[in-house]
Amino acid sequence: MTTAKQSVVDTPEEGDDPSRPAAWQRLRSANTLWIGLVLLALCVVFGALRPEAFLTLFTAQTLLIEASVLLVLAVGMTFVIITAGIDLSVGSVLVFAGVVGAKTMEALSPGGDATDAGWGVIAAGLVVSLLGGGAWGLVNGLLIARARIPALIVTLGSFGAALGAAQLITDGVDVRTVPSALANTLGSGTSLGVVPNLVLLAVAVTVLGDLVLRTTRFGRHTYAIGSNAEAARRAGIAVTRHLVLVYLLVGLLAGLAGFMSLAYFRTTTISGHSTDNLNAIAAVVLGGTSLFGGLGSVLGTVIGVFIPAVLTKGFVILHVQAFWQPIAVSVVLVAAVWFDQVRRRARNRS
Amino acid sequence: MSEPILELRGINKSFGAVHVLHDVDFTVRAGEVTALVGDNGAGKSTLVKCIAGIHPTDSGEVLFDGRQVSIHGPKDAADLGIEVVYQDLALCDNLDIVQNMFLGRERGKAGVLDEADMEQAARRTLASLSVRTVKSVRTPVAALSGGQRQTVAIAKAVLWDSKVVLLDEPTAALGVAQTRQVLDLVRRLAEQGLGVVLISHNMNDVFEVADRIACLYLGRMAAELPTKDVSHSQVVELITAGRSGDLGIARPDMAAV
Ligand SMILES: Nc1ncnc2c1ncn2[C@@H]1O[C@H](COP(=O)(O)OP(=O)(O)OP(=O)(O)O)[C@@H](O)[C@H]1O
Ligand SMILES: [Mg+2]
Repeated sequence: MTTAKQSVVDTPEEGDDPSRPAAWQRLRSANTLWIGLVLLALCVVFGALRPEAFLTLFTAQTLLIEASVLLVLAVGMTFVIITAGIDLSVGSVLVFAGVVGAKTMEALSPGGDATDAGWGVIAAGLVVSLLGGGAWGLVNGLLIARARIPALIVTLGSFGAALGAAQLITDGVDVRTVPSALANTLGSGTSLGVVPNLVLLAVAVTVLGDLVLRTTRFGRHTYAIGSNAEAARRAGIAVTRHLVLVYLLVGLLAGLAGFMSLAYFRTTTISGHSTDNLNAIAAVVLGGTSLFGGLGSVLGTVIGVFIPAVLTKGFVILHVQAFWQPIAVSVVLVAAVWFDQVRRRARNRS
Repeated sequence: MSEPILELRGINKSFGAVHVLHDVDFTVRAGEVTALVGDNGAGKSTLVKCIAGIHPTDSGEVLFDGRQVSIHGPKDAADLGIEVVYQDLALCDNLDIVQNMFLGRERGKAGVLDEADMEQAARRTLASLSVRTVKSVRTPVAALSGGQRQTVAIAKAVLWDSKVVLLDEPTAALGVAQTRQVLDLVRRLAEQGLGVVLISHNMNDVFEVADRIACLYLGRMAAELPTKDVSHSQVVELITAGRSGDLGIARPDMAAV
């Protein structure tokens, strides 16, 4: 049933319609352009004020590295928010995945010390981290899409439960033996001389996420469900299954982020991720993705991740008190959402 | 008289305690336009949604092409070749015209979309419906007028190689010229051998295009007749009272004894 019926319709008149989906137009419509200009302006201002400190390779590297883990979380969050959902559990799932990955590597190492573990053990740790993250994602997805419990409640539950589980497994004490081979390559190694490996991995995830969202059926259905779930259902899309897959995806990415964090910090940082969820959501929304669903882009999310990151760096370099950073980010965030609202109201009036 | 392509027998449907469809029989014939009429709340849209697999029925059977079928979801209906234009249109506001028309049945290989191909097909179908006021097929549906949206919903249904097309008040928001186009399209689809069901409150339209008229009254099929055998006023009576002379359902008080 996928052939167009040509006989029903008249012969085509070649439309007077040369418009490709201008990437430009989409950027503009999704707020991305505006927020991209804000990011650019921040870089220009900090660069102009302290070029010798801000415009350095080292600053660029640390900026990118520090944003990598959040970027991976935010790519998954973009999918969830486009379906008009939310996932508050990503930070805790990250911790849980890191803990089970680290514990696995310790268990597979002689004497329970994974510092000298080889690649086989590291691979096992990665798989367990991904499984751990994916399991939470699957549970979230099933409760939200099948049992129809609001995403806010379900993921608030798993936000607490995943962290609690991680603390139960470790007795609340961070796992500190992380394989050096892992830390020295993924954690602090570089490729091509200057590009940190952690950043490369985050870029790969981002590019893949962007392609899936923009060019595949899966991405199209993600937008459709966020836009009008009932219409998607009537069009024959398996909405429940798709939502489960989206939450599974964000869980897997949180698992990967947990492993990346493990490699970078060389410890599980159990108490260090309580606001990751809010940071990821803020980044996604800053990037023009609508909390009402149906609208958004991974490119926007990238910009949204870097605005707080650049602000933090810039404030440190300018010796502005670090406490200003959350205030500045909040102002930009609220402004971005307000813009979205105004745009919607203007549209609904027409 | 042509073959029944779709036949419903004894369909019952309740929403909780509300019994909306009572033992409804309904026949759609290939190559004919069947008008489905009835007052507001008579159950027309519900019947269409039962056929489309959106509402599960409580009892009754569905025959397609003489075979008994069970339609468990929109996909089953589409696979049989049943297309629906819903009264509420069921479009995704944030998606553009092309994306809406191909929703759920996107073209492409291995999950990757073939946008150019879909855009061309969409443009061809829209041109045939004389949609000239839409600037670009890449306009988000949110930016379209009510009539334009309705045309998109219709184009979405005729894009496919279907056997039965159900249109739930497809001309409600359309202008004179667009209504003309849709009525012509309805006839054209029937001439090509499709079974067409048209739901409308406009008696002139019904009498112009329909070969048969089916009238629902409070969830019961009051009458199913060839258009030429009934008059305007008889149909109006059937719609409002469920009976007209010896046509229609027996008086409720008579049915009770
Ligand atoms: N999802 C639902 N849940 C509960 N009741 C419903 C539902 N859908 C329809 N109904 C009820 O079923 C009855 C028939 O509704 P339906 O929409 O089929 O009428 P209709 O004939 O299409 O009317 P109209 O001409 O106004 O479109 C109404 O009384 C309505 O309240
Ligand atoms: Mg109706």
